[in-house]
Amino acid sequence: MFDKLFAPDAIAEAVEILKGEFLLATWETIYVTVIATLFAVILGLPLGVLLVTGEKNGIRPLPKGFMHVLNVVINLLRSVPFLILMILVFPLTKLIVGTKVGTTASIVPLVIAAFPFVARLVEGSLREVNPNIIEAAQSMGASPFQIIVKVMIPESVPSLISNITIAITTILGYTAMSGIIGGGGLGKIAINYGYYRYKYLVMVFAVVLLIVLVQIFQSIGTRLAVRFDKRLKH
Amino acid sequence: MIEIKNLTKSFQTADGSMDALKDVSLTIEDGDIFGIIGMSGAGKSTLVRCINMLERPTKGTVCIDGRDIGQLSEAELRDVRRNVTMIFQGFNLLMQRTCLKNICFPLELAGVKKDAARKRALELLDMVGLPDKAGAYPAQLSGGQQQRIAIARALATNPKILLCDEATSALDPRTTHSILELIRDINKKMGITVIVITHQMNVVEEICSHVAILDEGCVVEQGEVGEVFSSPRSKAARRLVFPENSEEILSAVPGEHRIRVVFNGAPATYMPLIARMAIEENIEANILFASTKGIGEKAYGSMLLGIPGDEDQLRRAMEYLQKVPDVLVREVSDDV
Repeated sequence: MFDKLFAPDAIAEAVEILKGEFLLATWETIYVTVIATLFAVILGLPLGVLLVTGEKNGIRPLPKGFMHVLNVVINLLRSVPFLILMILVFPLTKLIVGTKVGTTASIVPLVIAAFPFVARLVEGSLREVNPNIIEAAQSMGASPFQIIVKVMIPESVPSLISNITIAITTILGYTAMSGIIGGGGLGKIAINYGYYRYKYLVMVFAVVLLIVLVQIFQSIGTRLAVRFDKRLKH
Repeated sequence: MIEIKNLTKSFQTADGSMDALKDVSLTIEDGDIFGIIGMSGAGKSTLVRCINMLERPTKGTVCIDGRDIGQLSEAELRDVRRNVTMIFQGFNLLMQRTCLKNICFPLELAGVKKDAARKRALELLDMVGLPDKAGAYPAQLSGGQQQRIAIARALATNPKILLCDEATSALDPRTTHSILELIRDINKKMGITVIVITHQMNVVEEICSHVAILDEGCVVEQGEVGEVFSSPRSKAARRLVFPENSEEILSAVPGEHRIRVVFNGAPATYMPLIARMAIEENIEANILFASTKGIGEKAYGSMLLGIPGDEDQLRRAMEYLQKVPDVLVREVSDDV
């Protein structure tokens, strides 16, 4: 199917489509990714904090039953394949956005899929904080809330940045899938032109652009994580 | 004054309940430097954490200035903890904050205004001898410097009691010495009561006035440092004073006096002290045990010497050794 990939007329056609659509599609992908990550962090960060602080030996233990439910819900959401989750959350999407399809509508399932993942990433980051530093803060009279906002989160900033970068790149991958429900972006172009209309070169371009985006996000994230890490002797 | 009465702390382990502390009673006077010494696993860290209720005792009470702090709510305890601060073996500084911000941290928790906190932190940086490290991050400092910042941080809220949990155990002998000097200085200038948890004899001998020996969760001996270490009665105390082969050392030649010589940075590396004593004073000391380290020109560690002859001979030997600066000499009696 790829034998005429680089035929002159295929290239000319692809360039034509590129001119018309790729700029908008790239923008849509970035927009959806960033907004979805933002909401996923808003929901996932507090949950990740609860997962660490609420456990039996945490700084503010919560009822065992509550922690159990929280863990089960997070695991459950994480085990539903994204493609199916998109369809499952249609009613919720409709409720929030007013429509089930389109670019903005695709943000809802993205957030639902990503926030439990972010919660687990945040949990991992916070667990890396040296427990002795937390004990020191307690010995100075810090309240649980002060420990969370002044010790646990600031001390794990480099790790949080690295992990949120992982979340961004994963969400970027999911946005491509949301082309199926009419979510705009590079994924939609790849499916519409490449898969439905056999213009494989367009699909290849879309994939290359996605790869470039992942690279950009990843290298920004890595750089920020290093810059913010004061444990490294600069 | 800190009064610890009949303190017991049990932990639930896989094979039942384990008592980390058993019926511990101690009284620590204001302005004292009080040592709590014991082998690892003796319960020292648990004991010190009961003094600021980081660990809640299973039984017994801890009273600070007559107030039973075991009865306080979490919020009230947070206030107490501004008065009873702590330094640690691992320093436990916030790695993502500058030194200045680390010292400001307890003030921030207490709601002190930013400018006032900054001013106080700068004063403290000066006091611990690191005025140029305000903007440095802990990772850029040596262990000794990090501990100085931790001390400054512990002093920020003007506490009345400073708890030192193995504060010098991660440091080399010379740095240990300088940190201990700083702690003694603070004790003198600010009148802070200091509780020193350690497994190192020399730390207690260098700065403490009183000591309690903890063994398997029990206080086996307590009193003035000189008294406890010169006539150790319990097995645990003897193990500390006679570190190796204590049984053999105990069955010593009759008529021989024993003295313990402690080097706290004495300029003795290039000086054959014992040999010189033999020549100048004609005292032939018998080295029963020695563990010393020379760092630069200074010696750290301790020796156990057997001094033959009568009381006069012993007195002369002690006087001779005492003349060397930073050397501590003490007779050790072996009547059990």
